[in-house]
Amino acid sequence: MEKREVVIIGGGPAGLAAAVELYKKGIQDVLIVEREKAMGGILRQCIHDGFGLTRFKTTLSGPEYAQRFIDEVQTYRIPYRIDTTVLYVSSDKVVTIASAKGLEKIQAKAVILTMGCRERTRGALGIPGERPAGVFTAGVAQAYMNLYNRMVGKEVVILGSGDIGMIMARRLTLEGAHVQAVFEIQPIPSGLPRNIEQCLNDYGIPLYLSHTITAIHGKERVTGVTISEVDAQMKPIPGTEKEYACDTVILSVGLIPENELSIDAGVPLDTRTRGAVVDEFFQTEKEGFFAAGNVLHVHDLVDFVSLEAEKLADGVAEYVRGGRLPECPIELKTDRNVNHTVPQKISGQRDVNVTMRVNRKFENAVIVLRQGGEVIAKKSMKKALPAEMIQIGLKKEAIRGNQEIEVSVEW
Amino acid sequence: MVREFTCIVCPNGCDITAEVENGELISVTGATCKRGEAYVKQELTDPRRTISSSVAVRNGELPLVSVRLDTAIPKNRIFDVMQEIGAVRLEAPVHIGDVVIEDILGLGSNVIVTKNVERK
Repeated sequence: MEKREVVIIGGGPAGLAAAVELYKKGIQDVLIVEREKAMGGILRQCIHDGFGLTRFKTTLSGPEYAQRFIDEVQTYRIPYRIDTTVLYVSSDKVVTIASAKGLEKIQAKAVILTMGCRERTRGALGIPGERPAGVFTAGVAQAYMNLYNRMVGKEVVILGSGDIGMIMARRLTLEGAHVQAVFEIQPIPSGLPRNIEQCLNDYGIPLYLSHTITAIHGKERVTGVTISEVDAQMKPIPGTEKEYACDTVILSVGLIPENELSIDAGVPLDTRTRGAVVDEFFQTEKEGFFAAGNVLHVHDLVDFVSLEAEKLADGVAEYVRGGRLPECPIELKTDRNVNHTVPQKISGQRDVNVTMRVNRKFENAVIVLRQGGEVIAKKSMKKALPAEMIQIGLKKEAIRGNQEIEVSVEW
Repeated sequence: MVREFTCIVCPNGCDITAEVENGELISVTGATCKRGEAYVKQELTDPRRTISSSVAVRNGELPLVSVRLDTAIPKNRIFDVMQEIGAVRLEAPVHIGDVVIEDILGLGSNVIVTKNVERK
């Protein structure tokens, strides 16, 4: 059986950054496995700019951002397989792959999980009505338009204010479609404020909060939707129905980390992030399995995916060389205003960057980390939104013993 | 007069409040960096945007290649620029940084390729 020190599952931004960083640390017996025809992951279809402001201090489109890492992979001759799907990873790290060459098995010392996300679909929402053509998730519409040169429709309604949905609102408008409105079931937008400004406001596309689609109409193709206002419990309010005629419905209603392989390998997941539970080395609770990027938790910016995967590479290198990593007995707990943290547990021996999201909008808030009632780190924020990832540095000198750390929002 | 802006320079998306009189900027609050004030000044006098699109490629491994503007253009010329970009046909191979249209419509911005598409 082929043996590799490290097998990386997925050649998107997280997998690429992990591979390059491992190479630079001297771990070169690595294989990236990518199921698509080319590496780069979702960035291949994200042709808008705004990527790289943090990582490269310049604004790039998605393909340009990905190419910077692909160029490094090629320069260093890091092995990769495209058009190759991972079917199964056993708990003892045997990776089964399928390609035109047939089935193969690879024994890895460490497995890096960088499979990214999938989009939540109409089926997951249970929108009533007919099942005509013309209902797309935002990423699928983006792939049709930006990779396959296929226009998806002319009269468009968008459900969900996720960033990809707003970016597709602009893209569709620029290509001559009429985007009537974006409807969001929650009372606050789920995407970033700058996308509301530059993708919706710039083109006069209205955003209706606390509204949702309560029926989709049409037999062969979508002919329209019924929109209703919702109450504080997000239940449609009878009598508020309005009809919109359209031929296309775009859904931008959330991303779900794609962890089927992780589950089969026995990697425990966090129900809040739907990604693995990890320590500060990005090692999951299954020894030798590591995870970073959108498969771990949904990120707001790809820059942070790359930075996280590079950090993961530190841990993987240490694990591959030493066979083990320090224990991480200190758990991070969240109050009801904090959705989750990554990592969920730390060693207390090193400085660590804690990433988190709040559950609702706060103004003039302070994110506080406490251990045994004592403040060990805090960050003041003019506004804290669920749409953005918040990062807080925690110094090892501040950590006292192995007591759990409580993360809370004060305002 | 008080006007509200959402800065689009970076993902922080600062809410900026600007006091404006006769088109003159009196004061700016809410920006967490210098670029916010510059953005508001630009928005008041000459709002600009960059845009991305794609153009058809003949004999390429993909039917399309993505392109973008390398500097911002006046917001009210976006659709004129889209029309110019839409008329372009390229022949593979094309590579990141290739200039597709130089100084588009005399606006001082170049349309550049943002993806490598090799010959089929």
